[in-house]
Amino acid sequence: MILTYVEIRDNKIKKSSLEVLSEAKRRAAELDEDAAAVLFGQAVEGLAPDLFGCGASRVFLMDNPALAQYSTQAYAAALAALARKVNPSAIFFPATSLGRDLAPRLAARLGVALASDCTKVVVKDGRLEFTRPIFAGKAVLSLTLSSLPQVATLRPNVFPLEKAAGQGEVVRGDYEPAAGQDRAQVVEVVGERGGELDVTEADVVISGGRGMKGPENFGLLKELSALIPRSAVGASRSAVDSGWIGHQHQVGQTGKTVSPNVYMAFGISGAIQHLAGMSSSKVIVAVNKDPDAPIFKVADFGVVGDLFQVIPALKEELRKLRSE
Amino acid sequence: MDILVFVKRVPDTESRIRVSHETNTVVEEGLNFIISPYDEYALEEALRIKESKGGKVTAVSVGKEDALTILRKCLAMGADEAALIKDPLEETYDGLRTARIIAGFVKKKFPQARLLLFGKQSVGADNAQVPSMLAELLDLPQVNVVVRLELEEDRGVAYREIEGAQEKVAFPLPAVISAQKGLNEPRYETLKGIMAAKRKEIPIIPIEEIGIAAEDLAPRVAVTRLEIPPARRAGRVTSGPAEETARQLVEFLHREAKVI
Ligand SMILES: Cc1cc2nc3c(=O)[nH]c(=O)nc-3n(C[C@H](O)[C@H](O)[C@H](O)COP(=O)(O)OP(=O)(O)OC[C@H]3O[C@@H](n4cnc5c(N)ncnc54)[C@H](O)[C@@H]3O)c2cc1C
Ligand SMILES: Nc1ncnc2c1ncn2[C@@H]1O[C@H](COP(=O)(O)O)[C@@H](O)[C@H]1O
Repeated sequence: MILTYVEIRDNKIKKSSLEVLSEAKRRAAELDEDAAAVLFGQAVEGLAPDLFGCGASRVFLMDNPALAQYSTQAYAAALAALARKVNPSAIFFPATSLGRDLAPRLAARLGVALASDCTKVVVKDGRLEFTRPIFAGKAVLSLTLSSLPQVATLRPNVFPLEKAAGQGEVVRGDYEPAAGQDRAQVVEVVGERGGELDVTEADVVISGGRGMKGPENFGLLKELSALIPRSAVGASRSAVDSGWIGHQHQVGQTGKTVSPNVYMAFGISGAIQHLAGMSSSKVIVAVNKDPDAPIFKVADFGVVGDLFQVIPALKEELRKLRSE
Repeated sequence: MDILVFVKRVPDTESRIRVSHETNTVVEEGLNFIISPYDEYALEEALRIKESKGGKVTAVSVGKEDALTILRKCLAMGADEAALIKDPLEETYDGLRTARIIAGFVKKKFPQARLLLFGKQSVGADNAQVPSMLAELLDLPQVNVVVRLELEEDRGVAYREIEGAQEKVAFPLPAVISAQKGLNEPRYETLKGIMAAKRKEIPIIPIEEIGIAAEDLAPRVAVTRLEIPPARRAGRVTSGPAEETARQLVEFLHREAKVI
């Protein structure tokens, strides 16, 4: 059995978790095993059908007020107890901020190694081989884990989501919370940017660099983003360091690594550290007034021109497209 | 307050990475090495806490003797002490192994440590494993990807970055914290600091001295392949009036690439 940890936000299952479950199902089928999902929280049972619809034959449900708010320690303890009971061959997490926080804690609790941020999983001699970018994508590493269960986090937006008319069984687990004074507790979620997608989750990333000239001009990128579904605004480090936009938008070796369907670079020269974070995008387009900018060496479609003229024209074209 | 900062020696972010297909390792020759950038935020934070609340900052690295250079830099930036845990192995990509070594070291040499600071990930391996694994091994609370940290005597509050928001997390000390860009602006070494650092002795602790079972020192990660991804090829480049280039661009995305 391959177990998938399912992340819930705003009472909905995150798309990245369904991608992970779809991949778990594909690999499990190859191994002649089944895929199962773990659902933690309070009043989350109603979400189980979505998981059956993505290949889970069982959903391990822990519905407990003590699990209503995410806590690394409480969740790791509950997951480890479950893993010891059901003995999965592998446990997959989405490589989101939650998965990246929880998976290593669980792995250490089980005394096993972890493969982080994988972009490919294949079956080899009855075991899993994980492939993952290192150096933010300048190199690609493939590895196997000799400890069991094989724990891995899978990068969002990489694995295809597969829906199937599936049915399954809900298995209720109990969870006995230990005394919690020794724990880190989330007391508040602050600065929520209502529904705004993170660059790692977006299908289209619209990034600006030093060529944007100032913070006020990032409004242009937001206007573009408003015309493109599932898009988010990104930035180069220069733009971030100038204080034009928050660093959570930074793409690159010391920012986020993204692999959207489309990456758009406006006024970004294409330094090696920037390229490291976006080279695995499916399609790259760039607008830059310098025909020799290195970004054009990786762009599928480049426009040599002034972004302050091209962006308004692009908005117009996108509006036309939408009204078609 | 006794603060430990864990720093790793990594190739400069400018580096073009080359690999050896025989050994499945990164070719070190010709690379310039630095402190992993996120570890610098961790060190800076430690120094600021020391400056405002007093205490002692110790920088620790697990690695070969060449990691002494980055430890010296930590001293030059203002760390009080440094220590190298000497590990004969090259990069193993096995975070649990490193975490076990660090856990053994902390238990043995720094059981009184109140704050254990890390980078959110080591640039290169990009694992983001060691801080959470260590927290589990030592049964401590953890807060990862922290952009703001406020400490009191026995507790603290940290703001951690998540998708589209921040989580405000309250925790008791001792605790494990991993630093994200935005936490602070690391200082430069001063000439005085560099001179003082030269005179300081950095103890080298052989890994055997930490007392970890041999089986736990064997990596559980086996590298099967290491490759450089194929370079992307330059595509079409167009220029001309904005209306025309914008039209071509949207047509490319919509009709040809079929991505919007
Ligand atoms: C340790 C370290 C880590 C780093 N990590 C990252 C990282 O994670 N991400 C990252 O991005 N960088 C990173 N960098 C920085 C990187 O080296 C570059 O400095 C940075 O990416 C440059 O940003 P930029 O392209 O916006 O600016 P520039 O290189 O200044 O490029 C601006 C571009 O805008 C174009 N332009 C100007 N005006 C216009 C206009 N009106 N219309 C169209 N085009 C215009 C110019 O022709 C130019 O090509 C890192 C550096 C170091 C040392
Ligand atoms: N060999 C090492 N020596 C000291 N600290 C390390 C080492 N490896 C990882 N770390 C610490 O753990 C953090 C996360 O690393 P990683 O899990 O490898 O991404 C780093 O930023 C360091 O603070």
